[in-house]
Amino acid sequence: MQIVWEYRQLLLGGVRITLIVTVLAAVVAVLMSFASGLARESRHRILRVPAIIYVELFRGTSLLAQLFWLFFVLPSFGIELPALACGVLAIGLCNGAYGSEIVRGALRSVPRGQREAAIALNYSPAQSFRLIVLPQAARVMAPLFGSLFIEILKASSLVSLITLPDLTFQAKNIILVHLNTTAVLSTVLVVYFVIALFISGGAQRIERALSRGVDHTAG
Amino acid sequence: MMPMVRFENVTKRFGATVVLDAFDFEAARGEKVVLIGPSGSGKSTLLRMLMTLERIDAGMVMIDGEALWYVRDGADVEPVTQAHLHHMRAKVGMVFQHFNLFPHMTALQNVANAPRHVLGKPKAEAEALAEMLLRKVGLGDKLSSYPARLSGGQQQRVAIARAMAMEPKVMLFDEVTSALDPELVGEVLDVMRALSVERDLTMLIVTHQMGVARALADRVCFFEKGAIVEQGPPEQVIDDPVHARTQSFLRAVRLT
Amino acid sequence: MEFSFDLLWEILPQLLRATVVTIEATLAGFAISLIVGLVMVSGMRARQRWLRFLSRFAMEFLRATPLLVQVYFLFFVLPGFGITLSPFLTGVTALGLHYGAYAAEAYRAGLESVPRGQWEAAVSLNYSRLAAYRHIVLPQALPPIVPSLGNIAISMLKDTPILAAVTVTELMFVANEIGSERFQYTEPVTAAALIYLVLSLAAAPLINFIDRRLRPEETRA
Ligand SMILES: Nc1ncnc2c1ncn2[C@@H]1O[C@H](COP(=O)(O)OP(=O)(O)OP(=O)(O)O)[C@@H](O)[C@H]1O
Ligand SMILES: [Mg+2]
Repeated sequence: MQIVWEYRQLLLGGVRITLIVTVLAAVVAVLMSFASGLARESRHRILRVPAIIYVELFRGTSLLAQLFWLFFVLPSFGIELPALACGVLAIGLCNGAYGSEIVRGALRSVPRGQREAAIALNYSPAQSFRLIVLPQAARVMAPLFGSLFIEILKASSLVSLITLPDLTFQAKNIILVHLNTTAVLSTVLVVYFVIALFISGGAQRIERALSRGVDHTAG
Repeated sequence: MMPMVRFENVTKRFGATVVLDAFDFEAARGEKVVLIGPSGSGKSTLLRMLMTLERIDAGMVMIDGEALWYVRDGADVEPVTQAHLHHMRAKVGMVFQHFNLFPHMTALQNVANAPRHVLGKPKAEAEALAEMLLRKVGLGDKLSSYPARLSGGQQQRVAIARAMAMEPKVMLFDEVTSALDPELVGEVLDVMRALSVERDLTMLIVTHQMGVARALADRVCFFEKGAIVEQGPPEQVIDDPVHARTQSFLRAVRLT
Repeated sequence: MEFSFDLLWEILPQLLRATVVTIEATLAGFAISLIVGLVMVSGMRARQRWLRFLSRFAMEFLRATPLLVQVYFLFFVLPGFGITLSPFLTGVTALGLHYGAYAAEAYRAGLESVPRGQWEAAVSLNYSRLAAYRHIVLPQALPPIVPSLGNIAISMLKDTPILAAVTVTELMFVANEIGSERFQYTEPVTAAALIYLVLSLAAAPLINFIDRRLRPEETRA
């Protein structure tokens, strides 16, 4: 454990990068989830087709392959992105493709009768979406996006392979210098676990706030 | 006098299933019409067409003297604009078999939300209206309850208040007491009976319960395979039907 | 910048050999995860409180921490305890443990989808616990589990590149190696990405087929 204390500055710096990558990638993922999830439910082909291609492409190819592609291949097309941007984009785009399913499934989970009641009360389509469908879908989405954010946190460790000094990167560096590896790697695993606990705790709170009235146990 | 609701030569298909074929029907302003008939005969479809939840394939549906869909050449149904639908839906309200209350809103919010966002009433005014209507249906003490906390009968009364808050000229009720335990039917029926004294409100009521028909109907229509087989005042159609199909249907209903 | 098909043609045999390693790792990891999941879900349904807690904790912990760090952990820590595994075995074990936690969750969801009334009916007919599992519960729990396990297998396939970090010569490792040798990443990395796409697209109908074979008549769509 002494070694962990010795390198605490380095490790904390790594945590900082890990959090930055996770948060930025989560923002990208949420935006892409909604954009592609809504587009795939659209009546218009021009919106549906690109969304389907996006989802299939990013779900079908490995995240690490996407990351390496942005980092190693894109420069030869004359586009040189900094490592942070590569990490955030690859992780955000890949997980956005998964989030697309979350958005779509949640929208579909709202019973048809709800939309029909909205029509009977003369809501416009936009009002029906905003006031009736979205609040109910959000309750379904909250825990699933919580899980997605944990996947993003875990995926952020891959940026260590494109030289970004996140928590995993720093741990690996320390290991290469020292022989006592158990303490460092255990600590790193626990730190990831604690961050994940915060994420799922937050998602649970949001879900509870959104479920007011809907389940019998909440106020 | 001009009828409030009018079907002219209306055809409605679902794929190969023809639900209505050259169907004609009228309801006068303020009339309370009860539709009875076997399952699958097209009663719900009729109401859902009036609520614009289903389109028609041919013919003409008029509400309050205005066409619900534009019809060209008597056959082609033209797409209507969102604005026209909005205009026509304002005349009609609907209560569903399974209530379809908004689960994320309290009883008060369920009733106040549409007046506020669709009719543009100020929040205080919409809520005062909602409170008044909920008191009227006997739910003055449930204003801040969520639907999950209400019994079926209470939920259905909220749904009626919610539809009435939009001040429709025509109210559609599709088997609104069918999902309720027998001891809860009475409280919803009471609310509907109170509504039925409003002279200008036209009511179209689909039900399998003859008690409901007797309590509310000016006229009962026996409906089969998309056509009206027999109609008249409840005493006649229910107690002394002429048509053999009506007789056997009523015998079957009484047995259940 | 252009894409050289000559180069692609030249490196393709190497990439395909590496693809075999990728598939082997996926299959071996999947087999391990099925067993690990079974052990965990048994623990979560055990009578002993501490065992339930421990299994639950292990599952949550494995699912909430990065596979890459878990791979490092096995690779660097185990030798200190006198256990030395080849990189391939290390990677496959890590995959199996990580996704075993997901498999446990799939098993749990499947078992919980069987209504309580089914258990009660089994008890009322005097089935033993084991017989109730075998004849009543598992046949009903299995159909929803199969597609989840299929998704787990596809996720594992796409996570095998992580094993490159401990020098397993799978597809991404080889692609990267070719790239750094020739200072030409475009062809190998693009080809590798496409191979993953082909593999996961091919896996989906395969899983559908297995799913349909295992599904009892009455639940078939
Ligand atoms: N969305 C739909 N798609 C296809 N067929 C439909 C659809 N809705 C209704 N139908 C068919 O149209 C016919 C009339 O249905 P409708 O629901 O209007 O009957 P109903 O008289 O209300 O019956 P019930 O008493 O059971 O409610 C039925 O044969 C039904 O199967
Ligand atoms: Mg019906």
